[in-house]
This record gives sequence, structure tokens and C-alpha cells, in this order.
Amino acid sequence: MTGPAENRLPPGGVTEAVLDRSGLAALVTALRRRGRTVIGPTVRDGAIVLDELDSATALPYGWGVELEAGTYRLRRRDDGAAFAHSAGPQSWKSFLHPERVRQWSADRGPGGDLTVREERPERVSYAFLGVRPCDLRAIRILDRVMAGGRYHDPAYLSRRTGAFLIVVECTEPGATCFCVSMGTGPAADAGYDLALTEVVDAEGHRFLCRSGTEEGAAVLAELPRRAADDTTRTAAVLGVREAAERMGRSMPPVDLRTLMRDTLEADRWDDVTARCLSCGNCTMVCPTCFCTTTEDVTDLTGDHAERWRRWDSCYDLDFSLLHGGPVRATPRSRYRQWLTHKLGTWHDQFDSSGCVGCGRCIVWCPTGIDLTEEAHALHREAGGSQEAP
Amino acid sequence: MTLTPLPYRVDDRREETRDTVTFTLAPSGEPLAPFSPGQFAMVYAFGVGEIPVSVSRILDGSRLVHTVRAVGAVSRALCGLGPGAQVAVRGPFGTGWDTTAARGRDVLVVAGGIGLAPLRPLIDTVLAEPETYGRLNVLAGARSPGDLLYSDEVPFWRSPFAEFTVDRPSAGWTGRVGIVTGLIDEARFAPSGTTAFVCGPEVMIRATARALVHRGVDAARIQVSLERNMRCATGHCGHCQLGPLLLCRDGPVVGYDRAESLLTVREL
Amino acid sequence: MTTPAERPCGARLLAALPAGEREPLSSLARTVVLPAGTRVFEEGEEADRFWILCSGTVALDIEIPGRGRAVVETIGADGLLGWSWLCPPRQWHLGAETRDVVRAWEFDAAAVRALCAERPVLGLALVTLVAETIGERLRATRTRLLDLYGPPSDGPAS
Repeated sequence: MTGPAENRLPPGGVTEAVLDRSGLAALVTALRRRGRTVIGPTVRDGAIVLDELDSATALPYGWGVELEAGTYRLRRRDDGAAFAHSAGPQSWKSFLHPERVRQWSADRGPGGDLTVREERPERVSYAFLGVRPCDLRAIRILDRVMAGGRYHDPAYLSRRTGAFLIVVECTEPGATCFCVSMGTGPAADAGYDLALTEVVDAEGHRFLCRSGTEEGAAVLAELPRRAADDTTRTAAVLGVREAAERMGRSMPPVDLRTLMRDTLEADRWDDVTARCLSCGNCTMVCPTCFCTTTEDVTDLTGDHAERWRRWDSCYDLDFSLLHGGPVRATPRSRYRQWLTHKLGTWHDQFDSSGCVGCGRCIVWCPTGIDLTEEAHALHREAGGSQEAP
Repeated sequence: MTLTPLPYRVDDRREETRDTVTFTLAPSGEPLAPFSPGQFAMVYAFGVGEIPVSVSRILDGSRLVHTVRAVGAVSRALCGLGPGAQVAVRGPFGTGWDTTAARGRDVLVVAGGIGLAPLRPLIDTVLAEPETYGRLNVLAGARSPGDLLYSDEVPFWRSPFAEFTVDRPSAGWTGRVGIVTGLIDEARFAPSGTTAFVCGPEVMIRATARALVHRGVDAARIQVSLERNMRCATGHCGHCQLGPLLLCRDGPVVGYDRAESLLTVREL
Repeated sequence: MTTPAERPCGARLLAALPAGEREPLSSLARTVVLPAGTRVFEEGEEADRFWILCSGTVALDIEIPGRGRAVVETIGADGLLGWSWLCPPRQWHLGAETRDVVRAWEFDAAAVRALCAERPVLGLALVTLVAETIGERLRATRTRLLDLYGPPSDGPAS
């Protein structure tokens, strides 16, 4: 796999450079040549979805999105930008923590003896292109949930280990974005192999590219590039800084964990429940919602059984089933479980917030429930003002 | 093994009551790591499903003892298994009873129904080291005399106090009638020097813990074993949440000082 | 710190009374020893006494034609046996039978009521103590109505 170009690499590779569109195309090619399955944004079914990219031409050049609570629309951009869109209906959890996974199979022999075979996770070497900073944080949160505790999930680790992450800083936040409130964006801090910042101005369409790992530096060194210049650096920094000032949403400026803990009996839960359909869309699109259930199936012989794990939602009535009845029987308690877990008890369980401010749950809620609005309302009901304390 | 279960064979089956069976399971091959009192296993009935079951006795060696009450599809399938049948088991999972916290102190065990099963290994532990602990009190409630678990062992538990009480006495029942908290005043313990271990239906746990706090037992010295829907047992599925707790990881045994405020929020 | 079982007879009762009121009440107590199987009182009889059990167990029962005496609750050491003497109609609603040898303090209800009339502080303390016992039994009864150890149902009927 090592080509002649790599042999000419300076030790340590390249830490910063400017790529143009052909450089981006070369990036996809270089990653595929390394045996990576490259996943990135592409336009399909009226949305910008995440899918395997054969080449960079599949990127959503010239597409943006219009977002609002309960609304997602593609719109044409005249600047040809590839990453001037915000979160779509999927997140990287679809690849790292897939919807359905077989965990093991069991066979019963003629004498009744059981043999249980652990599932060997398929070998996959991902490269994720176009990870937004909020989603990069979401991956780190999933890392902690699935592999940061006493037990490590092999299905997750097999996909996550060695995954090559190319973050793209946000210069075009959506109307439902609030990463600034959650401290997750729009700039990328760490945890990436390569970070891109897209710049489109009079000097052309280009990407400031920084490496965060040795492998990132090595890949960058393979690409057609030019040295980073101050004009591009300044444009990149300004683009991200301005994005921070154009957030569509914000959270109340309080400790959300405390707010959630202290408002469990607030009247606001009744208000939101009148609008919530318990459909679970928010949990499906959330980049950190990790809940699953198990399915035990047998084939027609009755002697072969399999254990499957599939995504589940805390909005499902059966989620909390105990001795014939659900603990959370009312929609009120299920919405409260979701929000207080996401913003509050996640801290107790996994030492961070479960929300990264991507806004997907707002966009994909069929009735347009906006968790930032709910948090503000809870804050007001608890006697807080709109001002910072 | 944490995610993939290991085959075990039913070595012994004993019918405790009309709907409850105690199994001794022996590993068909590789055994699981040793369990502590209060911990649980995920027990799989072939092709039916998997449920959490506490260990109801700790044996030397690699055999497991579980007491299962037939209340759902999986537990009914398990209760129907005879000697030689195979199941698959993973574990050990969860926090156990903190017996070191009871060293040098009176021990008060309060059980309701099948809740006595996870407490029996704790009783065994205390009885095995009488010099390590203070007085052992075992108070257990059941629906009817026919529902009493391990009744042949009760005489050995009277060091100094062990009593069963039932909700529905049958003809000829000469024992106690009423709920288990009604026995607390007869038990022999010094409230401030007592560690209590409580397991049973949640309503019974709340009533018992309140009664003990009222009598002067420190809430932090009351360990309760809680239950929620459980799927993975490894902290990855989210089902067993009780507010900030993941009961498969932070429980099932939790201090009442931590549990109290969580048990009073409806539908948490 | 002593445990209930090591405390002298009536300790819980006396502990609930103000210091100056203990002696006047305990001077009305008469220690009785009732053999196993003693019918202490029967449903419908005049409730003219009550007991604080020191040791042993008493079963409260109710006669059901065709089923005999059904035991509804047992009372153990340190428990109060009988509260129907406190308020009208002052008739026993249940029967009571000793399960084993019972040692108890027996009080004459009329004398206690007269003492309480004379000493309102004692009266209030005693009524509060009896109310606490009644409350505990009511809660216990409600809990048993839930049939917590019964087979799982489809949830509460609410």
C-alpha cells in the first residue's frame, strides 16, 4: 500500500496546508487506496445524508440546507461550497453503533448441548469525511458510553478503533444549531486526524487543512497542496468566529444538570407533553442516543438461535417494562426521561452532557418541539431570568 | 464473559413453592468469574430470552445457585427445565451487598417475597463469620405460608431473631400474619449500630426503609436492592436507568440515602 | 443503646409519655400471664381493657361461617393489643387469641380514661401513641390490599 509518494515524506508529515477541490478529491482517493471505507455527506432523497463516497464528486457541492423546528429543506448555493450545510437526518452513530447488530449465535445439539458463538465483528476501516465539531464531540461521548466503562462493546470498538476522522469546522450554522451553548463548536479542538476549514472568497474555493495525528499528517503529505498562507488562515478563523455569532438557538445560561435535577415536577412537562407524539424521532436522529434492546430469535428448526441488538427509544412504552407494566406509562414521564437524561443525568452516568447542540432533534420533531425552548421554559418556571446569573 | 453467555447445565432442581424453583447450575465448559452476594447473572433460556437473576447461594467451586419465580415467558421457561437441561449464563454483574460495611455491627435483613433470594448469600456470609458481625435478624414477608422460601433454613438463621410473616394465612398456620415492617419492633438490634439489607417489591422497600429511619437507622446504613427493566447488564442499553443511576452498574444494591429521593419521583 | 427486646416491659409506651406522666399510668398496669390458646376477647364484647405485650404473640381473628376463625393480623412483643376501648361504641371488632404464652401489662380502660380526663397532658400523649399504632396498622392493611407478592398483573387499576 505504500506508494512512492509516501517514501518521499518528511518525517512527521505535514501539519498545515491549503487544499483546493482537487486536493479534496485526492484525499478521498488516498483514503480509499489505504483500504478505508470513506463515509461523507452526499445528496440523496431530498436531504444531505451520510453514505459511502466513491469519490469527492459525490460531496454536496453547491448545496445548503434550510432548517427550522420540524423543517428540513435543501437549497441551492451559488458559491459551490461542499460543507456549508449543517446536520442532516443521520449521524456517525449509524456507522459506529449500527441499528442492528448480531451479538452471538447459539446452537442446540442432538443431546441438548448448547454451543454459543460470539459474533466476530466484520473488519471495517472507516474514514469519516465532514465530521462537524459537534458530531466529533458526539463520537467522543459515544466512546465513553460504549467503551469508556468497565465493559467495552466489541461491535462499537471494531468500527471505531482506527477510524480516520476528518472534521470540517462550521462556517454556516443552521437555524437550529446551538453548539456554542454546549461548548462543542463551531471550531474543532482535538480528537481529529485532519481538520478542514472551507473558505470561498475572491481568491477561490479552498480548504485550510490541519493535521491532528501522525496518520493525518502522513495523509496530508500525500495530497496535492500548497503552503498555508495568512490570507486563508485569517479567512478560516473569521469564518468560524462569525459562525459562532450566528447560532440559531441557545440554551439558558445556567447549569443545565442542576436545572434538570430541580425541575422534575415542573408544570412545563405537561405543556410539552401536549405536543409530544412519543414517536422517538429525536432519539433516532440524536448523535449520542445509544439505547438498544435485544431480540432473541430462532430459526424454523428451533435448534439455532441468535441474539440481535437493535436501537431502542426511551419513548417506547415497553422500554421501561417491569412485571407486566411500564414504569414510565405517561408520555410526560418519557419526554422528561429523555430530556433530563440528555442534559442532566448523563453527567452522573458518563461524566459529560449527552447533548452536543447539533439541533437534529429540533429539526426532525414532527411537531417542532425545541429542547432549547423547553430548557428556557423550565428555567423560567424555576424562577430564573433570561440573564446570566 | 460479559456479552456472550457461557453454557451451563442444570445440576439440581428444587421446587421451593408452587411457582418458584431453585437451580444449581454447573458450567459445561469454561466457568464465569465468582459472584458476590447481591450480584446477578443474565440467564438465557434457549430461544426464549434472557433475564437478570440474582445468585441465591454462593457455592465453593464454579457452580451457580439461582432461585427463579415463574412470572414471565423466560422465567416460566427456566422453571420448566429439569436436570441435565442447558442454559447460557453471563455475569457477574452489578454491585453486591456491602458486607464490609456491616462488620462489627448488628445486621438486619428484611425481605419481601422472592426478595429473600438475593439476601440468602448475605445471610450465609454473616452466619459463616459470627464473630465478625453483631446480631443477625432476618425478617421476611410472603404472600401465604405456601410461598415461603427456604423455610427449612429459618431455624438456623435465629441468631438471635428470624421470623416469617404472611399476608394470607392458611388453615393451621401458627406463624405471624401481617406485613414485614410489623416485625421490626421485635427484632434485636441497636438502631445506631445496625446495617440493614432490604430487598422486595419497591413499595415494601420504601415502607421498610422509612420505618427503619424512623427508628434511628442511618439511611446510609440501609442497603436496598432495586429493579428496573434490564437488557444488556453492561451499561450499554439504557433500560435500567433510575434517574442518575444505571442499575446494572450502579446497582442493584444502592444506599437508601442515594435511593430515597429517586424512589419518590413518580415514573422516574 | 438497648434493643426493643432488651427493654423492660412497656418501654415503648412509657418512652412516648412525658416523664411526669409515666408513673401515674404504669401504676394502673397489672402484669398478666396468659397461657397459649387463651381467648383474650371476642368480637362484640365490651372493650373494657387493653394490653401492652411484653412477650409472646396474639392473633386477631374474625369468625366466618363455614371457614371458622380467620386470622387477620398478629401482634408481637411491645405491641398494643386493643384500641376499641378508646372510642365508642367500645366493643371489640375482632377476637383475640394467644399463640403462645403471653406476658403483658393489662390496663382497665375505664380507669385509664378517667386518668386521662384528669391529666390532659397524659391523655394527649396516650391518644397520640394509640393513633400512631392505628396508623401503622392502617398502612399495613393498605399495603396488604396491594397484594405485592401476588402474580404480576397488568398494572394498577388507576
